[in-house]
Amino acid sequence: MKAFLILEDGTVFKGHAIGAKKEVISEIVFNTSMAGYTEVFTDPSYAGQAVCMTYPLIGNYGVCKDDMESERIWLDGVIVRELSDVASNFRCDETIQEFLEEYDIPGIERIDTRKLVRILREKGTMNGMITTNENYNVDEIIPKLKAYNTGKVVEKVSCKEKKFIAGSKDLSDNGPLSGSAVFKKEDFEASLKGDLSKREKRPSLVRELNGKGLKVALLDVGAKDNIAASLAARGCDVTVYPQDTTAEEILKDKPDGIMLSNGPGDPKECTGVIEQIKKLYASDVPIFAICLGHQLMALATGADTYKMKYGHRGGNHPVKDLETGRVYISSQNHGYVVNTDTLDKSIAVPAFVNVNDGTNEGLKYVGKNIFTVQFHPEACCGPQDSGYLFDRFIDMMRK
Amino acid sequence: MPKNKDVKKVLVIGSGPIVIGQAAEFDYAGTQACRSLKEEGIEVVLVNSNPATIMTDKDIADEVYIEPLTVKVLEQIIEKEKPDSVLPTLGGQAGLNLGMELAESGFLASHGVKLLGTTAETIKKAEDRQEFKDTMEKIGEPCAASLVVHNVDDGVAFAEKIGYPVVLRPAFTLGGSGGGIAHNRLECEEILENGLRLSRANEVLVERCIAGWKEIEYEVMRDSAGNCITVCNMENIDPVGVHTGDSIVVAPSQTLTDKEYQMLRSAALNIIDELQITGGCNVQFALHPTSFEYCVIEVNPRVSRSSALASKATGYPIAKVAAKIALGYTLDEIKNAITGKTYASFEPTLDYCVVKFPRLPFDKFITAKRTLTTQMKATGEVMSICTNFEGAMMKAIRSLEQHVDCLTSYDFSDLDDDELKDRLTVVDDQRIWVIAEALRRGMSHDEIHEITMIDHWFIDKIHTLVKMELKLLRLGEKSTIARHKVSEENVPEFEEAKKIISYDTLLKAKRLEYPDKVISRLTRFSVETIKGLRDFYGIKAAYKLVDTCAAEFAAETPYYYSVYGDSDEENEAAGEGSGKKKILVLGSGPIRIGQGIEFDYCSVHATWAFEKEGYETIIINNNPETVSTDFDIADKLYFEPLTPEDVENIVRLEKPDGAVVQFGGQTAIKLTQDLMKMGVKIYGTKAEDVDAAEDREIFDRILEETGIKRAEGATVYTAEEAKEVANRLGYPVLVRPSYVLGGQGMQIALSDQEIEEFINIINRIAQDHPILVDKYLQGVETEVDAVCDGENIVIPGIMEHIERSGIHSGDSISVYPAQSLSDKVKQTIADYTERLAKALHVIGLINVQFIAVGDEVYIIEANPRSSRTVPYISKVTGIPIVDLAAQVMMGKKLTDLGYTPGLQPEAEHIAIKMPVFSFEKIRGAEISLGPEMKSTGECLGISKSYSEALYKAFLGAGIKLPKHKQMIITVKDSDKGEVIDIARRFEKLGYIIYATRSTADTLNENGVKARKVNRISQESPTVIDLILGHRIDLVIDTPTQGRDKTRDGFLIRRTAIETGVNVITALDTARALVTSLEDAYKEDTLELVDIAKI
Repeated sequence: MKAFLILEDGTVFKGHAIGAKKEVISEIVFNTSMAGYTEVFTDPSYAGQAVCMTYPLIGNYGVCKDDMESERIWLDGVIVRELSDVASNFRCDETIQEFLEEYDIPGIERIDTRKLVRILREKGTMNGMITTNENYNVDEIIPKLKAYNTGKVVEKVSCKEKKFIAGSKDLSDNGPLSGSAVFKKEDFEASLKGDLSKREKRPSLVRELNGKGLKVALLDVGAKDNIAASLAARGCDVTVYPQDTTAEEILKDKPDGIMLSNGPGDPKECTGVIEQIKKLYASDVPIFAICLGHQLMALATGADTYKMKYGHRGGNHPVKDLETGRVYISSQNHGYVVNTDTLDKSIAVPAFVNVNDGTNEGLKYVGKNIFTVQFHPEACCGPQDSGYLFDRFIDMMRK
Repeated sequence: MPKNKDVKKVLVIGSGPIVIGQAAEFDYAGTQACRSLKEEGIEVVLVNSNPATIMTDKDIADEVYIEPLTVKVLEQIIEKEKPDSVLPTLGGQAGLNLGMELAESGFLASHGVKLLGTTAETIKKAEDRQEFKDTMEKIGEPCAASLVVHNVDDGVAFAEKIGYPVVLRPAFTLGGSGGGIAHNRLECEEILENGLRLSRANEVLVERCIAGWKEIEYEVMRDSAGNCITVCNMENIDPVGVHTGDSIVVAPSQTLTDKEYQMLRSAALNIIDELQITGGCNVQFALHPTSFEYCVIEVNPRVSRSSALASKATGYPIAKVAAKIALGYTLDEIKNAITGKTYASFEPTLDYCVVKFPRLPFDKFITAKRTLTTQMKATGEVMSICTNFEGAMMKAIRSLEQHVDCLTSYDFSDLDDDELKDRLTVVDDQRIWVIAEALRRGMSHDEIHEITMIDHWFIDKIHTLVKMELKLLRLGEKSTIARHKVSEENVPEFEEAKKIISYDTLLKAKRLEYPDKVISRLTRFSVETIKGLRDFYGIKAAYKLVDTCAAEFAAETPYYYSVYGDSDEENEAAGEGSGKKKILVLGSGPIRIGQGIEFDYCSVHATWAFEKEGYETIIINNNPETVSTDFDIADKLYFEPLTPEDVENIVRLEKPDGAVVQFGGQTAIKLTQDLMKMGVKIYGTKAEDVDAAEDREIFDRILEETGIKRAEGATVYTAEEAKEVANRLGYPVLVRPSYVLGGQGMQIALSDQEIEEFINIINRIAQDHPILVDKYLQGVETEVDAVCDGENIVIPGIMEHIERSGIHSGDSISVYPAQSLSDKVKQTIADYTERLAKALHVIGLINVQFIAVGDEVYIIEANPRSSRTVPYISKVTGIPIVDLAAQVMMGKKLTDLGYTPGLQPEAEHIAIKMPVFSFEKIRGAEISLGPEMKSTGECLGISKSYSEALYKAFLGAGIKLPKHKQMIITVKDSDKGEVIDIARRFEKLGYIIYATRSTADTLNENGVKARKVNRISQESPTVIDLILGHRIDLVIDTPTQGRDKTRDGFLIRRTAIETGVNVITALDTARALVTSLEDAYKEDTLELVDIAKI
């Protein structure tokens, strides 16, 4: 079936429909990761957006449900150059087509994705519509596109109930240590027959349960599962709080540290959460924040954020740790960024910077046990190079 | 960290002659690195024995030594030039080993010279088998478990511990004989017993079998501050078991989830960090296809073939960045030259798919085994880029120039299903075509996967191509019926094609990169109709950018690839125009025997010459190993196949003012007619004049008019005609096809029977061109390269071949200036060359080969284009003939360029070009030399003394004598008289001579002491035992005619080659060798020549 992608600037791409056959208006962004589409599709930060994967061959290994970063697909639509006919991987559960249908997500394939990226790069992120209606009227659609706003999308993606995730008691709980996985024929055959408990667990890089006994409160403003999992793998017990939880409620549980998660949308929409974060800032509890959490902490302490032309979404951006001078390749997904010109140097100073464009990638709070990063140390998808930041957070809690 | 100020003068070590496994990629890496160093104001001293390289140009380095790559020679260069540092990581394994030896002996330390790029400890950790295993164990990175055992019990115990199957490799047996894979205890015991018996060291390595696992590679960069990035990962379509150099490789990996991708990426970073590598590094993994289990296969702590591929696949200049890192820069300080906006610490991301195919030499070695193993056999490779895998694969296939253009090019339809299944188990260069046939027959993906272990995803993609092929065939069937009917109504073919082939089908076929020619063949419409239909539907190739960042940032120096069905983002760039004249330079495609790196040298120099004169330069090429495909050589680079259709698409877009074809070898020359049809002006010698040189009759007429003699002969089409001509001329005669390079298919025939045999072989390689039969003359072969501007000619010098005619010029030792020619002969050669160049209206280069018989000079052939000897003669005479050729093509006159016409005065140095072979890599290949070229590379010996130049040339080619002073001589009857003197000279040098019965008799009768040794069929010890004893320096074995593999001579030669014993198959070569030894030159007191000062 034919499908169309119509952009705010009037550009129309003709392609083929994939996933659910429905119409959607969304913000159009692109991600440059060459692998890891399952993680992207299920990352709550993409709520309110339709994502174009710049790598042209998508779906090659199907969907492995173990790799989902939340319980469902959050993005609004999928834009790809070519969807694979077959899904080839030993852990594969289904094809992308099935996955998209399951969550009623539409998409479009066989369009010139590179051309789309060039438009977004030159004109900036814009809204668009994916539709299968051949009789579309661009003049009627454009005003609708212009009016679209992701809004208070954090409320949608955050968990509704408090959740508890127990820390690993033993390193073996994390699955095999990377490099020590061993193929077991019987288990593999059992997993093929449907016994998913026998399916090989994905390997972990965590070599030490340095977080054992620590209680971490994770404020979920759209958290990817691997944030809690990264802490739990180090032994931390993690309690996940819905986004509307008050600071008092969190502090009442006496956490050793507070983690602010990633999440979707414009940080300034999260006025309620910002108020609570002000109170968390005032407490003496160590805080580590990622992405949206990082922006919210900056807003809570008086700095400003702005929307970038087309954001950073991919797994290849170099960030420099200003303390050590070391450069790490990071996983990124953000359209907003902290304006360092608005920083009060007595409150926070830059801790990480993007090597390419010099934008802020992290802050250290003066006189506080607080540090925040714009990128994703939990990876998934993307490089695992900055996972050491969880250890830094644990060290902070231990102090 | 800023640049290290202490580094001011660096010695860069090249990789030496091109051999299988170490090819042009190191010229590319070395050249890029040298330019990168010079950019930083550093004085570069370069050493490389290979004269065909661009890195050994005086524009690339400040001091250039084309000297043998041995430790002693390097020590002398260091003492003479006093560099403060040595950079060994860009010259392949050869360069790395030399750097290591210099460091380990303490020489570098005692001379205050630093090893740049990486430390000796690092190299040792990565290269030493045990140290590497220990290091990997320490950081928790798994290697395939292995153990050396000396008895069956230990072997079985270990096998049971690590689990079956296991690979068993006996130590020190010929070609790994006696080894194998054991799947159970019984097999294990059996193979172990046999292997232990066969191994002279009574030693067998028991190793976990990982054959069939996915083979994944990562290219990693690390700087001195410890920052690491991966440039690219690559997946081999052929699972573990085939050397990655012989595998079809795709970038990025296609079948890995992010979890597998990141697991291996983290492991690669972990490894490079532990090894403390600064610069580039390649890590190869085997990944279990149905598990997260993996093991590290190997690490190359240097720039490699894979890194050249990764550079071209991503646009990230690994060698350039590695050189900057060696100087102390960190990744975040080095700008990405492609974007001009990002930094070297940005990991490239691709928005296209890259496929690499190996170029295998089985067309040259028809007796060799085609099977692919862990021993690399490819001489070169092609790379292609497309937004889908199928398209990239189709482009790669047609780039190979091996008469293949789609999946029907090898026909397996005559095999029955069982035979086909058996054929699928064979891992060779035709496997993809066998899979296609299996898919045509409806064999299931599962079954094909089970047999080949190739991932389902790739099999599905091959199936997509097969489905399209079948669809086009079906349309073709429809069309024959229809065409018959419509022809009565006189409706043109085009109208009918329009009815049968829909827009969607044609677009899909083109997106899959089906060439018009193949679509035409399958649908039975003419190529013109298909092309017309494409125009009618508006289906045309669009061009996209390789920009390292998937369009996230604007690019400054990108390069281009084509794709169908997408919009053309580069129209703007092409349309805008710089206002300059545009010149198209056609590259030479994959490196193969007969067309090597020297043509890339010519293409690059021509490009530079045109650029200097204000032209906008455009290169089309598909070889990822070369300098010409570096992103900043031409103004624009199109990474595309070199077929008429692909070139035409670019011509339509760029509308060049002209094209040069005479520098890109046969690949470019073949395109001349097509370019002219496209209306592109050919710069330099006209196509009809090129044809005149190839067309026997026209050429004969020219020779007659100009009064030049040639061996008598004739053009024939059939074996009957050939025999008739041969009998008229009298045997021996030379038989060869016209229009080929490297003497492919050329043979000396002694009888009617051999003529039949040879013509059959020639016809096997589908030839549209006639066959030449000539009287065979025995004399001194000579060769000249010259530049002609239409009025005048400049001949830099005359080269003489040491081996007499009958051995291909590319396999002969070549001496400049010619040593044995009289002045009269030299004058005649110069005179003939000038007459010919003028008669052929040459504008640019011409290469002419002659035979001098006494004072008579006969022409062998003339080629109005660049040749293999161009870089060599340019360097040793200091006359830049490619540059001159380009200038005259632009209309300049040689006299205006400051040259006195005619034969130039001889240089004071004698320079000898020595062929280098890769016989040990190709099992079953016949090593004896003949009219068909077999060498893969060359090295140079240069000195004021002839014998020293010879000594250096042999040394550079790896012939380092004497060692044990024992040799074997076995020659054919006709050589027995001549060998006596050579044997006597070796005897005088103290050699003990072993000889087979009749050779020994001849020698003894003539006063040369020779010990008789038994023939292979006689009882032990035989000549083979003697060779296997590892105490023999040299075998002189002149082969009898014919290609019979079972002859003793063949076995002797193969055994010697595989045991690492030098083998000489021509008496002229043997004489040269003994001459080079008689003056007792020492490696550490050689005269060094700085080529840059010539």
